[in-house]
Amino acid sequence: MIKNIAVLLAVAGLLMIFLPVISGFQERDNLNELAADYVDGSINDLGTPNVVTSVIVTYRGLDTLGEVTVLFLATVGVGLLLKGNREDMIKISPLELLETTSSVLVALIMVLGIYIFTHGHLTPGGGFQGGVVIASGFLLLMLSKVNAKISHSIMNFVESFSGVAYVGIGIAGIVLTIGFLNPGILPLGQFGDLFSAGAIPVIYSLIGLKVGSELTSILVTMRGE
Amino acid sequence: MISMYTLILGIALLVIGFYAMLTRKNLIKIVIGFSIADTGTHIIIVSLGYLRGKTAPIIDGAVNAVNAVQEVVDPIPSALVLTAIVIGLAVTAVMLSFIVEMYKKNKSLSIDDYQELKW
Repeated sequence: MIKNIAVLLAVAGLLMIFLPVISGFQERDNLNELAADYVDGSINDLGTPNVVTSVIVTYRGLDTLGEVTVLFLATVGVGLLLKGNREDMIKISPLELLETTSSVLVALIMVLGIYIFTHGHLTPGGGFQGGVVIASGFLLLMLSKVNAKISHSIMNFVESFSGVAYVGIGIAGIVLTIGFLNPGILPLGQFGDLFSAGAIPVIYSLIGLKVGSELTSILVTMRGE
Repeated sequence: MISMYTLILGIALLVIGFYAMLTRKNLIKIVIGFSIADTGTHIIIVSLGYLRGKTAPIIDGAVNAVNAVQEVVDPIPSALVLTAIVIGLAVTAVMLSFIVEMYKKNKSLSIDDYQELKW
């Protein structure tokens, strides 16, 4: 009884917190100064059509580095917690339908993932989305071919290589230009081209590889290897 | 107006998730409650970044590069939510791994069987 009242009080308190947000809410008509600066800078300084990408990779690049670190720590944590879970692993042989379609689909999903992260500066998408798509391709592979071995050493290599290269590009920004993770180390190129926007597509591709390999490692660990 | 509705939807999801986290006994259901609350937070943040009648902050055929500042919504909440989604995924994976370990130790998914943190 007392528990129910406490729960109700907590929920009511949470609602009370958000009441002023709803009552005082008005749709804005104009960007605030910072956002307008980001949109303007993304087009004129960075040559990146996708403003969200330039915020993530350049203006808030340090946050993204921290985010990638959190994802890495989560991978390590999952690996540590689920180490040696193989005794209660259940093997169900897949349906023929799944097996046949996956042999076509896995390659297509991988290509889509790579497309998403290499075009992250032009279209909606980027490293995190592309990485997740690649990991979903690996998930389909694991479901359809139960005995498929996904090499831990290759995953670890891709993951650590892209992490080191990401930080390396950041440090190159300090040496060659004005600051850490500045994409100006490569030429800006033609606005809207695949090879443009300086180092942004390179950084986002590295993030895509890192996220893809980390999530695949999580899946492989959860499968019990 | 549309962002008002999504804001209310987001707050509703957050409250539902919070309620589920407080009342459910099954550990997996608590994690599901966390995920619902997480999604609610994302919707709230994106709603706050919406500008009336404007489009996604991507410069292409639909947005003129010269006066893009007048035509796009706030890109910062979108970027923050992208970060939050990834962190939420990582946290959920770690929570589920903890649940697997706890189940292996005590053979129970009910939170009532774990007394260590009870006050």
